[in-house]
Amino acid sequence: MSQFTPSTVERRLLMDRSVPGRRSVRMPAPDVPRAPLPAESMLRKDLQLPELSELEIVRYFTLLSQLNFSIDTNFYPLGSCTMKYNPKLNDEMASLPGMAEIHPHQPDSSVQGALRLMYELQEVLGEITGLPCVCLSPLAGAQGEYAGLLVARGYHRYKRDGDRKVALIPDSAHGTNPASASMAGFEVVTVPSDRQGNVDVEALKKLADRRTAVFMLTLPSTVGLFEPRILEITRAIHEAGGLVYADGANLNALLGLTRLGDLGFDIAHSNLHKTFSTPHGGGGPGAGPVLVKAELADFLPTPVVARVDNEYRLVAPKNSVGRLSGFHGSFGILVRAYTYIRMMGLEGMRQISENAIINANYVQSKLKADYDLPFGGRYSMHEVVFSARRQKAVGVSALDVAKRLIDHGVHPPTMYFPLIVPEALMVEPTETETKETLDGFIEVMKKIAREAEEKPEVLKSAPHDTPNTRLDEASAARKPYLRWQRNGAAAPAQP
Amino acid sequence: MNAKNAMASNNPRELKYSAEHEWTRLQGETATIGITHFAQDSLGDIVYLSLPAVGASVKQFQKMGEVESVKAVNDIYSPVSGKVVERNENALKSPEIINKEPFGNGWLVKVQLSDPSEMGKLLDAASYDKLTAGGH
Repeated sequence: MSQFTPSTVERRLLMDRSVPGRRSVRMPAPDVPRAPLPAESMLRKDLQLPELSELEIVRYFTLLSQLNFSIDTNFYPLGSCTMKYNPKLNDEMASLPGMAEIHPHQPDSSVQGALRLMYELQEVLGEITGLPCVCLSPLAGAQGEYAGLLVARGYHRYKRDGDRKVALIPDSAHGTNPASASMAGFEVVTVPSDRQGNVDVEALKKLADRRTAVFMLTLPSTVGLFEPRILEITRAIHEAGGLVYADGANLNALLGLTRLGDLGFDIAHSNLHKTFSTPHGGGGPGAGPVLVKAELADFLPTPVVARVDNEYRLVAPKNSVGRLSGFHGSFGILVRAYTYIRMMGLEGMRQISENAIINANYVQSKLKADYDLPFGGRYSMHEVVFSARRQKAVGVSALDVAKRLIDHGVHPPTMYFPLIVPEALMVEPTETETKETLDGFIEVMKKIAREAEEKPEVLKSAPHDTPNTRLDEASAARKPYLRWQRNGAAAPAQP
Repeated sequence: MNAKNAMASNNPRELKYSAEHEWTRLQGETATIGITHFAQDSLGDIVYLSLPAVGASVKQFQKMGEVESVKAVNDIYSPVSGKVVERNENALKSPEIINKEPFGNGWLVKVQLSDPSEMGKLLDAASYDKLTAGGH
């Protein structure tokens, strides 16, 4: 049987391994009378559950865990995601009983240590970004964006400036920006980029007017470049009466170097799971604290931690936009981010960003002869965007390059984003990789560039050495197979 | 082989083009509309398509639908104004036809023109070749 060949992955799903009547545990006899479930409360008739022994279940999930790809196993240069190493000390602190075994319903007086940690995290995030008023509760970056936009809306309404309905968003933005703006009730207007990959400042000035509620900007931009005219940009929006929002996804490039508040931003969110080394990419949950300047503090979501007479309390800001999550956010994640920041210290903050920037530019300079740089070889910040348009001209796409990287144990970089770069490959090495790892990656990328010229079919059929080879993503999207069926009725053909 | 030149010469001479990569074939006062080879190639495998209903009004250079590929979701802009008289049900059901035959069976809608003079605002094949020759 093939399942006893060590090199073969036993592929059957949990449901297909099920044997009727097999069980892991023996339930005790009920000590209350049996009663049928009321028919009207049943969602469906056919709840099928797998029946397996405990050992079979352990083997199944252990196998799946061995197929995992993570930053703990391999290089993971996924642009805009900051897949840096997550120090294990973070987890150790989060699992201390005082952190892990408290309950959100406990009275504030019994969790003063936890509240103090949250308070100090608010303070230090405010110091790092120059936006001193912070709410930690949003549960992800996109929710942090949404919270920030609700603050902007609340502010304009409070000032009876209700005609401000427009959110200006660059064409290079993360897709979450227009999505969050629409969710918050704004009309999205796109701001073009110029030929250097910057915001087209002249076009922005024309678009900014009395209907502008907020301009959302990622800094450095999604093409990994710093906006040289950032002060002019924030001034123009303020002169039009609007607020400036910073998408904090790329904060890893700015720590200790500059502060969003000093550059004129009014609101930001910070992805703790990117910049501050808490797990993500399936290891979540995330956390997306929202940060604002002092005059917007009253509009923050509920709750924030305040210090009153030497005691820490959860409070509701005066004109709060309301609650965004049950309780007060992903506490375990907050502990991890706090641990990381305290461990690195203020000196360390600056070093994080300096090394992230040096690593990205090292990769850029070593690969600029092999892949195109869309904006003429400007120095990058913490990530570098290549274009595989030269490879595309010989029939090899960015997707093929990315798939071939998998054969070399490298996680594919972000592809086809930002949308303004054709055949984009966005590489973010982060500060936690060694020169040896970067050199290994550079060598592989050069080899792939040669293969594109010499034997493109190797790229087009990649990956070759994985349990699943090239997936048919188009069919999967056109005819999604979302639910297991007995006898594999709707199962797609095995490769 | 130079793929760029091969691609450019794929743009049929008799069609008119928009800068947003839609093509228009005029027959009498009815325009057949689709997306170009360049557009489908940039998008990659198309997995979902939404189009206006028959009878709906469309406006020149305004959004009339969406096309979703494995890479991205893009808006489709109508290159002309008028009323939708027919739409390609086959492309809605099997959008891969747009990848295979963008200028043929992968057409999207037919529109009864309300202002034929608008055709003057569209590009001829030579201008569209030039627009798409340098990448995007």
